[in-house]
Amino acid sequence: MTRAPTGAAATQLGAARLAAEAGAPAVSPRPPAAPLRKFGGSVWRFVTRHPATAAGLLLCALVVAAALFAPWLAPFDPNDQNIVDRLSPPGGDYLLGTDSYGRDVLSRILYGARISLLVAVTSIAAAIAVGGTIGMVSAYVGGRFDLFVMQCMDVLLSFPSLILGLIVVALLGPELVNLVFAIALTAVAPFARIARAPVLTLKERAFIEAGRALGFSHLRILFVHVLPNILSEVLVMGSLWMATAVRTEASLSFIGLGVKPPTATWGGMMREGFENILDAPWLSVWPGLAILVLVLGLNMVGDGLRDATDPRMRGES
Amino acid sequence: MILYVLRRLLAAIPTLLAVLTLVFVIVRIVPGDPAIAILGDRATPDAVAALRAKLGLDQPLWAQYASFLGHSLSGDFGRSMVTGRPILSDVGAVLPHTIDLTLASLVVGCVIGVPVGIWAALHRNRAIDYAARLLSLIGLSFPVFVSGIFVLLVFALHWRLFPVIGNAKLDDPLDRLDKLVLPASTLGLVMAAYITRVTRSAMLAVLGEDYIRTARAKGVPWRRVVWRHGLRNAAMPVVTVVGLYIGILIGNSVLTEIVFNRPGLGKIIVGALNQRDYTMLQGLMVIYCFLIVVVNLVTDLTYGLIDPRVKQ
Repeated sequence: MTRAPTGAAATQLGAARLAAEAGAPAVSPRPPAAPLRKFGGSVWRFVTRHPATAAGLLLCALVVAAALFAPWLAPFDPNDQNIVDRLSPPGGDYLLGTDSYGRDVLSRILYGARISLLVAVTSIAAAIAVGGTIGMVSAYVGGRFDLFVMQCMDVLLSFPSLILGLIVVALLGPELVNLVFAIALTAVAPFARIARAPVLTLKERAFIEAGRALGFSHLRILFVHVLPNILSEVLVMGSLWMATAVRTEASLSFIGLGVKPPTATWGGMMREGFENILDAPWLSVWPGLAILVLVLGLNMVGDGLRDATDPRMRGES
Repeated sequence: MILYVLRRLLAAIPTLLAVLTLVFVIVRIVPGDPAIAILGDRATPDAVAALRAKLGLDQPLWAQYASFLGHSLSGDFGRSMVTGRPILSDVGAVLPHTIDLTLASLVVGCVIGVPVGIWAALHRNRAIDYAARLLSLIGLSFPVFVSGIFVLLVFALHWRLFPVIGNAKLDDPLDRLDKLVLPASTLGLVMAAYITRVTRSAMLAVLGEDYIRTARAKGVPWRRVVWRHGLRNAAMPVVTVVGLYIGILIGNSVLTEIVFNRPGLGKIIVGALNQRDYTMLQGLMVIYCFLIVVVNLVTDLTYGLIDPRVKQ
């Protein structure tokens, strides 16, 4: 038994049959489009329909590429000091100039992208894991437990996040792990709230009741049946929160609570540039633009993802 | 209204107690002995024991907690480990600068954000709307210290329109204003970006309501429909965001004060971090939390003023 042609193929065959019946020469079927051209068409359609999201993806891709290929792209070692060339203006051997230790600014910016992305991804992943679980369990259990947990989250939310991060890193010490912990801590409460809201309605749905009737454990219901239904919402917020994490990491590094020198971080570079703002203003400008590019890209992608998952938000923000 | 205010005040008490408990826990979970952290590894055991006794760390945890709560609620935040001065007097000396900055930024944010948000909503999907959305996205993507440094480079160092140092004389209003322009604009523009987005969204939602259509059908002038019926109903989410953002504003003021070299809570906190002044840090956390609880309370009371239904 042969399957009836569907979609575009059916339309093409139908057109050929109609043409034959009308006495006109049959339209020869077009050769299948090359996969590359097809892909290019899809990309172009996406770019024209969602220009902001496409621009955001491009900005993020640039930073990710800079981080991944830093060893090949960077013209110098980021920590190599060349005192003779200290505070060289942009141009010549040093495309973006050098800092007060004679280190190449471009190379440090490329390597600095690694720290920003690493801290943002790990801290938000940790916040999603911890906050998401808290919110899910809290809504699933419900009652006074839910009330208590959410009040605890409200207390955490009542701290200015930068101040909380600043004090936690200061008390624990400026290490990469502590930085990730502090940023994750500031984001746990929002993710608990984001995860909780949909679970409140999901837990009343028939498929969850069916799971209970079949004797599934609460853990299985939560992580196999509830989690996939809320994951997209949580991940979309995760992309927006990554922008906040990049900003917080850069701010803490600027205050002097980031990863210890000589490791290149954008916030740390801004701090060094700020100390030399009169002699070498470019030292503050380049890392500042790098931070702006990444945060803007993440915000654009986050907005686009949110619009895609929530049709009510299309064009609303 | 008095009953509503009393209810909100009572509701703030458990939040305040919980926040104070969290501050106590955060300071205690630090690995190692705070006395050794303050005095250094080479301190003699006698010196460490004396400092522990002075800080009350030799007492049981519940006694430390009770003492901390009692002192905090009575407004006694202790003395700085470094200067020996009462924390409240150190904070009181610079608090007007931080309040100046926060309020001025709030004004800049509202004066720019609300009209631009309304304008964008009224011209939905037109060039002005796209421009407002793009600019607000750029505005909230700028970390405040980055925009601060850029503003400083252009307006203070390149064009020399404003002073670089922001230490104003409190008794000279003109000097205060002059040194407030750049920092307040830096913080205020970020706030304007948030307010623009929220005002636009809220106005779009309200302008689609039936009562707006009814008002227009009755022949109410468009301007009156927008300002009287639209904006008043769209104000609730805007006030919520402004209330929430004041917390972020207070946090961001730390960075602004560093960039513009202004005195304020931010500079004190960074000084305390560098000098490992634990009592000052604990006191500052409590003061920040008091400020946030007060801001939340004022936001709740504003709801009651805007929407009479909230008071029910």
